[in-house]
Amino acid sequence: MKSDLTKILETKLIREPDVFYFKLDSPAIARKAKPGQFVIIRLNEQGERIPLSLADINPDEGTISLIVMAVGKTTAEFVELKTGDDISDVCGPLGQPTHIEKLGKVIVSGGGFGVAPLFPIARAFKAAGNEVVCVMGARSSDLLIYEDEMQTVCDRVLVTTDDGSKGTKGVVTVALEEELKKGDTDLVICVGPAIMMKFVAFTTKNYNVKTMVSLNPIMVDGSGMCGACRVSVGGETKFACTDGPEFDGHQVDWDLLMSRQKMYLSEEKESFEAWKARHAHMLETS
Amino acid sequence: MAEERKRRKLIPNRTPIPEQDPIKRGSNFKEVSLGYTTEQALEEAERCIRCAKPQCVKGCPVGVQIGDFIGLVQEKDFQGAINKIKETNILPAVCGRVCPQEDQCEKLCVVGKKFEPVAIGRLERFVADWERDHGQKTKPKVAKSTGKTVAIVGSGPAGVTAASDLAQLGHKVTVFEALHEPGGVLLYGIPEFRLPKAIVAEEIAGLTDLGVDIQTNAVVGKLMTVDELMEDFDAVFIGSGAGLPNFMGIDGENLNGVYSANEFLTRTNLMKAYDFPKFDTPITVGDRVAVVGGGNVAMDSVRTALRLGAEEAIIVYRRSDAELPARAEEVHHAHEETIRFELLTSPTKIIGEDGWVKAIECIRMELGEPDDSGRRRPVPIKGSEFQIPVNVVVMSIGTGANPLVPQSTKNLDLNKWGYIVADEETGRTSREGIYAGGDIVTGSATVILAMGAGRKAAGDIHRYLLGEPEPEVETAAEVKNQP
Repeated sequence: MKSDLTKILETKLIREPDVFYFKLDSPAIARKAKPGQFVIIRLNEQGERIPLSLADINPDEGTISLIVMAVGKTTAEFVELKTGDDISDVCGPLGQPTHIEKLGKVIVSGGGFGVAPLFPIARAFKAAGNEVVCVMGARSSDLLIYEDEMQTVCDRVLVTTDDGSKGTKGVVTVALEEELKKGDTDLVICVGPAIMMKFVAFTTKNYNVKTMVSLNPIMVDGSGMCGACRVSVGGETKFACTDGPEFDGHQVDWDLLMSRQKMYLSEEKESFEAWKARHAHMLETS
Repeated sequence: MAEERKRRKLIPNRTPIPEQDPIKRGSNFKEVSLGYTTEQALEEAERCIRCAKPQCVKGCPVGVQIGDFIGLVQEKDFQGAINKIKETNILPAVCGRVCPQEDQCEKLCVVGKKFEPVAIGRLERFVADWERDHGQKTKPKVAKSTGKTVAIVGSGPAGVTAASDLAQLGHKVTVFEALHEPGGVLLYGIPEFRLPKAIVAEEIAGLTDLGVDIQTNAVVGKLMTVDELMEDFDAVFIGSGAGLPNFMGIDGENLNGVYSANEFLTRTNLMKAYDFPKFDTPITVGDRVAVVGGGNVAMDSVRTALRLGAEEAIIVYRRSDAELPARAEEVHHAHEETIRFELLTSPTKIIGEDGWVKAIECIRMELGEPDDSGRRRPVPIKGSEFQIPVNVVVMSIGTGANPLVPQSTKNLDLNKWGYIVADEETGRTSREGIYAGGDIVTGSATVILAMGAGRKAAGDIHRYLLGEPEPEVETAAEVKNQP
């Protein structure tokens, strides 16, 4: 009955064991999507709708790319998909695009697999004539992703690792602060886990540098109908799907965001465990 | 024959409709109302006197020829009856279930002046269900292709009705739906126990049979703009529906466990969270759930909460019983299902613990002088604050305009609330060739009013596309019944 399945054109394991790159055949979305936007996907008839940031947009090729890390049932199911498989629903582009303009020096900062959505953003700022510096961090060098890709669109890429296995030892804010101290940064864009964005925003506040963060609350429809994604920015309730996902990081109520992200923790665990049990059985019998 | 009917003594009360036991149904999502049997339908149809000047049809926003279809029921020509309805109503099984007939056709029924009005809605539902059960679906006639194309934004009641009418008139229609399945509010909003989704799917399938192309996951305003649609189509109808949910602006509204009615119902209906973990989407099932509001959506939410397993589900409404905007039938069903009503009560804050809802603090109200709406204004009684311990709160206090289409369309006139300004009789907006109707024009209203708006716009779009003058003959679309 469904006529709008989306085909997976390419899959790639980009970080052991569970972070994958997907390229989707999605010409209509690719034509309209801008850096900073997201899509909502639903894998199958029983599936939930989850938002995923765009890791790349290629309008000429008619493709969009996503980076998916298996952290729960839906993402674990997602990373098992192969080239040639179909996704039931891909809806987008959603949210407001990143505001790209020539400012001077822009720092893009990311952690974990949040670095991926920074790629098209960094490329756009570079194309607009900015000096673009990437500050990316991970716990350890083997957890870093997209370093090579970022090298291609940034003037400099600064790496931090918690264990010192690569780049500066410490968290991203250590390297970020060094860069901010130079006093020539016009804008910081940060994408990553909420806790990391929170500390980046705290750091940049001391230097009074405008900081846009890409919030990732729970969503359902993603098009301004349900209100699941409400966040508090500057004391005002906003809907991340239509007002965001990017907001002024200095105004965000981080504790609220992190609390709301945990709303279904026990259900997510239940669902994931049930899937793993079924999955183990399937692997045994196949 | 009509003479003969008049002579027969009229039964003053309408034939009751069988329903699921109130307590049993509180724990399942099956339909509450079971529908008339053939005998019951015939008995009820006999109550229609086929009056010379029927008033009922004037109350129908889509102009269903009510007397004619009931006459055919009296003659046991059920196929004829459903065909008669379908001449003007593409969603009879839906309308027979969710229309507020008591405020429309049945309110004007001549029998109703003296006795209980004829149960028109129940009869409409009966013949629609009869057709589905007997598998003799007749395909509506489609006119010769006009070569004109129309884009419809949204597949809810307004869009579906406009699409159906325009397709039957010979235009090539494409519907753009933002969600992954068509149906709009019929699918995500109205619960299964009031409107089974299989029925919605079947009525939507009727559209595909007419040659209408439905594109899902197509968010107009994002994937394409209305201006872009105008390049590819000869006309556009916007029926994008309700928008962002309203909140009260009180403390604690962003705590975990606080939902908008839209989210609560979408998770349950569209995403089937009641069947978690078979379906992936979860929902927090509170032991004690407070639903703030008194409309149909509030009744749907509170009764959904009960079915999801709440031990106690409570309506919190600031006015009194008499002002409840929900249909009397829904309020009655809610009472039967042991829903608790805290009337003349308004929330003042939501109290949380560790990020989760723990209680809702309310204040008692009394009715003062009438306000702009003509209803007596509720006034807080000082010092009457009290707490209701709950772990889920559902805010069902209406919606605002969805910004996606209005913000992305050039020179489209909006009113001060952000709704699209459109002519009530034709659906015309400030832009030539662009029409709008349903909740995106009126704000939250009913399924049938949205359908009426879709029909009126379709009539005008047809004339616009063919360059025809305004018609003189009165058609269903011209029936003026709006206050």
